[in-house]
Amino acid sequence: MAEAFLELRDVKTHFPVEQGILFRRRLGTVKAVDGVSLALPKGEILGLVGESGCGKSTLGRTIMQLIPATSGEVVLGGVNLTRLSRTELRAARSRFQMIFQDPYASLNPRMTVFDALAEAIRTHQPVTPRQMPERVGELMARVGLSPRFVNKYPHEFSGGQRQRIAIARALAVEPELLIADEPVSALDVSIQAQIINLLAKLSREMHLTMIFISHDLSVVKHICHRIAVMYLGRIVELGAAADVFERPLHPYTKSLVSAVPIPDPQRERLRQRIVLTGDPPSPISPPSGCPFHPRCPFAVADCARIVPRLEPFDRGQEAACIRMREINQENIQHPTNGNGGGLTTDGHG
Amino acid sequence: MSVAAELPNLTPPDAIEAEPGSSLWLDAWHRLAKNRLALISAILLILLAGACFIGPLVVTNTYYEQNLALGATPPSARHWLGTDKLGRDQFVRILIGGRVSIMVALCATFVSLTIGVTWGAIAGFVGGKLDAVMMRIVDILYSLPFTIFVILLMVLFKDFEARFRWLEDYGIPFNLLLLFGAIGVVEWLTMARIVRGQVMSLRKQEFIEAAHALGLRRRRIIFRHMIPNILGPVIVYTTLTIPAVMLLEAFLSFLGLGVQPPMSSWGLLIKEGAEVMEEYPWLLLFPGGTLGLTLFALNFLGDGLRDALDVRASKD
Amino acid sequence: MNASPSSALLSVSNLRTSFYTRNGVVRAVNGVSFSLGKGETLGIVGESGSGKSVTCYSLMRLIPQPPGKIESGSALFDGIDLLTAPEELLRRIRGKRISMIFQDPMTSLNPYLRIEDQLIEPLLIHERMPRAEAVKRGIRALEEVGVPDAARRIRGYPHEFSGGMRQRVMIAMALITRPELLIADEPTTALDVTVQAQILELVKRLQQELGMAVIWITHDLGVVAGFCQRVLVMYAGRIVESASTERLFARPKHPYTRALQSSIPALQSKGAELYTIPGLPPDLSKPLPGCPFVPRCAFAEEHCKQPVELMEVEPSHHSACLRVQRGEIQL
Repeated sequence: MAEAFLELRDVKTHFPVEQGILFRRRLGTVKAVDGVSLALPKGEILGLVGESGCGKSTLGRTIMQLIPATSGEVVLGGVNLTRLSRTELRAARSRFQMIFQDPYASLNPRMTVFDALAEAIRTHQPVTPRQMPERVGELMARVGLSPRFVNKYPHEFSGGQRQRIAIARALAVEPELLIADEPVSALDVSIQAQIINLLAKLSREMHLTMIFISHDLSVVKHICHRIAVMYLGRIVELGAAADVFERPLHPYTKSLVSAVPIPDPQRERLRQRIVLTGDPPSPISPPSGCPFHPRCPFAVADCARIVPRLEPFDRGQEAACIRMREINQENIQHPTNGNGGGLTTDGHG
Repeated sequence: MSVAAELPNLTPPDAIEAEPGSSLWLDAWHRLAKNRLALISAILLILLAGACFIGPLVVTNTYYEQNLALGATPPSARHWLGTDKLGRDQFVRILIGGRVSIMVALCATFVSLTIGVTWGAIAGFVGGKLDAVMMRIVDILYSLPFTIFVILLMVLFKDFEARFRWLEDYGIPFNLLLLFGAIGVVEWLTMARIVRGQVMSLRKQEFIEAAHALGLRRRRIIFRHMIPNILGPVIVYTTLTIPAVMLLEAFLSFLGLGVQPPMSSWGLLIKEGAEVMEEYPWLLLFPGGTLGLTLFALNFLGDGLRDALDVRASKD
Repeated sequence: MNASPSSALLSVSNLRTSFYTRNGVVRAVNGVSFSLGKGETLGIVGESGSGKSVTCYSLMRLIPQPPGKIESGSALFDGIDLLTAPEELLRRIRGKRISMIFQDPMTSLNPYLRIEDQLIEPLLIHERMPRAEAVKRGIRALEEVGVPDAARRIRGYPHEFSGGMRQRVMIAMALITRPELLIADEPTTALDVTVQAQILELVKRLQQELGMAVIWITHDLGVVAGFCQRVLVMYAGRIVESASTERLFARPKHPYTRALQSSIPALQSKGAELYTIPGLPPDLSKPLPGCPFVPRCAFAEEHCKQPVELMEVEPSHHSACLRVQRGEIQL
């Protein structure tokens, strides 16, 4: 069992909802991240999936210390990031970097590629102006950008190229941990493939530990070693990518997997879908007990009372569901109550 | 086998343009240059300013020489724009008046720029309660009727004139300073709102988050990342403040509260002209027309700048 | 093309739409022809810049002209040419016989009006129904699309609904007049995948009930696979392949379709390097002689420079690849 390189210990990020200018009244709390614990060995690529409002982006930013955690700890390579002073944190930032979703918004429109990369390099390494062009050129080549574009501005590039620049900037400080927050969602399908390949390659070459946040399960399954599924601020399932995708344990994961359209007409026609009713609940007033129970086709009375913890099932796969064993051992797919969630066969002629 | 190299007009992989990059400022400049109206306005303004400051040194007539025997005369070969009741050449007087009007406009705008940008930037950066308080102050001041406020200020501070008599020794008329101050104090409000809005929306931009993530110091983030990105609207709004200020000065002078004779400004000239406009219409027409033309030109230029600097136009 | 002209509900012929911009004339749609039968589901697939959305906006004459201009072509719907019909006639078709739903449910609904007012508007205009009756129809429509507590929620405002619910409201609005054709422009792209599944199920069910034809525009091949009977693949303003869904996926007949499939992670084995299409989509403001995909095509040859038309290469399977047409390559 490899020593954990990145450890999250019961991380919670809550945002108070207040009203008023001078005397602020507390209306409630948005529990964006509500108790997440993870351990990543060095070099692992972890996929973090979930739908809007599940807290995956907030978790990413909390790990990056861009948003302060309300409680809990983030430990990277033995260093507790949450306890560092401002100056210490600034110095430590060279060890972990982030790539954002919108490639245009993540680059300063008034800085050339050279400026942006040089700034990144210079922040943590003493590099003379003489040596800089070579270093910048190296970086650009590593992400597949032609060095002749070094004086160009972000608006002169396509989306895919901008994302490469953003990746180059993140790598400039030589980080050990990379958090990619939906890095390909804003790109065309054919360009997504380029960026996914690039990230996979870089992760291998540079022994990067990576957290790949996405709502697209098939992308995540392709590149990640393990997948963590989030729902309403908690991890509801965790396991090897192939296992989570092919043999999901948690009811939410089951419905998520069954909702992903497969670009293969034969398989699409044959599959059985679990279609949920209703919308994802808001993080301000989460349901009692298991956060998923109002929409769960397998819910029973106890589910409204008990908050399930992640329990191991088999081969390192874990899920947070009190009925985990029942549901999966017998391999039933039928709901046990009339909770509305239906099983529909895709009977398209 | 790719035939990209041989087929014309097809974008070969990864090649966009030649080496040098085209910054957003350069793009904006090109766009501005294509805007005929803005360009003509800019040229006009430069010529006008040049005439006002250099003209009187070159032209033979002076603005103070009186020719009582002549009296008011319509435009002639000797006096291009006519003379006023005291026989003074109008053309030169308009030029000299222009000096004052332009200077007041620029200085007052500078005052309002400084106050407005600082106020808005602080409110935007700090946010929270401070922002709320600062912006409520702006809201309250906004609700005051400007002109009355300025008039009040001018009237109130007139009493302090004695105290500041020593400034006269340095050639700075107290009156003018008061004018700059009063106008500047009143015109900064919208600038503050604009800057605050820009700063707040910038704070949420991902490249600012990325700058934090890199570990850049706050000062660097502010000066290298935030300020260059708010300059655009600031420039535009400044260019649009100048005509507003100019008009306000003309109005105050017209009321007798601004520039005092023997100094002249377009506002004063208009006032004098208005008094005799039935008998000697050219005394109103020319100064009024000049002011109007200048305001038009400034507005067109401001509009042109706004169109040119609209960053959205260069995103894909 | 596929449906014979007499039974075709919609028959588009040689549609060309351009945009006159500061940087030149962008030929967004460059010679598109297809037909749609009654009750048929047609998918239009393409990436950004392919012209898929502009094609459908042109049919409904929703392109701002200027800077856009429908240069040529015809779109026959029940004998009426949508592209040249007088505005009056078109208005009676739009919203009544042909309905459209858009991508962003947040901006498609007027935030200042109650759902009720927006929902029943098509009924009031097209069917001249008295208001009370229209409201009843509206409530029924909301129930059909699965909005819970419809009688109460119809009085709400758009911001009180979530993204998925708003999209359902949009669908209810589009279908309330029982149109013959529904055009959906990426309606689920901005939604979560589970919500997308719900919406797809819903549209499928309603389509069967109403016998309505659907044009579904998307970039997601997965959605097309499960939902559409026939597919058009667009690139650079042209149709490059047209076939039934099964045939398109099983035996694609255009290098672009093949490349697209190869670059989707879902279809590849885990960890395998994804195929990537080199280069960038072409600049549509420059003339493109020959096949527009040539600079990025792994199979391109000299003679691909010639202009090429969409041609039937197998029964009901059309391709615009010259080499496939000549039988030179098998994909």
